[in-house]
Amino acid sequence: MVSILKRSLAIITILIIGYWLAVAMSHVPFGQDKMLVGQYYLNHVKDQTGAINAVTAIVVNYRGFDTLGEVTVLFIASTGVGALLWKRKRERTARVPGSVVLTTGTRFLFPFIVLFGAYIFIHGHLTPGGGFPGGATIATGFLLLYMAFTVYEIPHKGFEVTEGLVGMSYVAVGLIGLLIGSYFLYDWIWQTWHVGTVGKLFSGGFIPIIYILIGLKVGTELSGIIDNMLKEGVSGND
Amino acid sequence: MIEISAYYFGAIALIMIGLYAVLVKKNLLKMLVGLSIMETGVNLLLISIGYINGKSAPILSEGIGPKQAVDPIPQALVLTAIVIGVATTAMALSAAIILYEKYGTLNIEEIRRLRG
Repeated sequence: MVSILKRSLAIITILIIGYWLAVAMSHVPFGQDKMLVGQYYLNHVKDQTGAINAVTAIVVNYRGFDTLGEVTVLFIASTGVGALLWKRKRERTARVPGSVVLTTGTRFLFPFIVLFGAYIFIHGHLTPGGGFPGGATIATGFLLLYMAFTVYEIPHKGFEVTEGLVGMSYVAVGLIGLLIGSYFLYDWIWQTWHVGTVGKLFSGGFIPIIYILIGLKVGTELSGIIDNMLKEGVSGND
Repeated sequence: MIEISAYYFGAIALIMIGLYAVLVKKNLLKMLVGLSIMETGVNLLLISIGYINGKSAPILSEGIGPKQAVDPIPQALVLTAIVIGVATTAMALSAAIILYEKYGTLNIEEIRRLRG
């Protein structure tokens, strides 16, 4: 049988790859201090960025340019989904309306989901989270709306405008650093004025600002992806 | 015999399970699920490399100094990797939708033009 042969060949390949990975990983000690640049970040994160969450400080502040690229990748993916699934006329084709439990629960939960998402991205410099999980949480709220109501659609115009403006503001916040004589994505709020006390909500330099922008962008983009995937072309396949 | 930590073992096992699904399954959606499982395994591997025994999450709140926190860099990298994973999965799923519309099936052996 071809399929048994293929399957056993796959298993042998996978076992070889797994053994190779295991041998490689056996030389990496688990649970020991291997930090080099990580220790530098941990030592200096409070005075250099004003944030107490080292992970978000690295993502937004030390490696802000990388994050700008990441947001761009997400934007390209959302555009790509839109382009791949493009049809002249597309509508929602769901026939079965959501049950009473789903619709009532959605009406009740939607504001709280959006509020929780906003909480996650506003407190990105203090608690675990940040713009990406916060935006994803907001998008789940919209997914719930799509599942509960057969005719619901996101306000496309508003979402597209928000997405574009937010993306431009990220670059603008970075360019301000360039304008005042430093580098792109220089933390001008914290480095020049030291606004706020470390550990409180009003601190962390531009991390909360950028994370609010990223949260809005991720939320709108993921909602757009959901919208693109749930709609179908109505007449013909082309 | 090689000795590796249980976390590394779990992560490598997840990678292998995902690879098995990618190599053997015929349904395109199942292959994409396998890809996602592989991605989870890689993320788990990166996170567990950064773990340090007895130390806490890299959030320097009260009582946690720079000496009591684990390595923040793998966590920042995994944050990036998760977002990119979502983006690529969305792209792959929309390609699968188009394939289904065109061929009426998700079985990769019946989608003849994809044969090598």
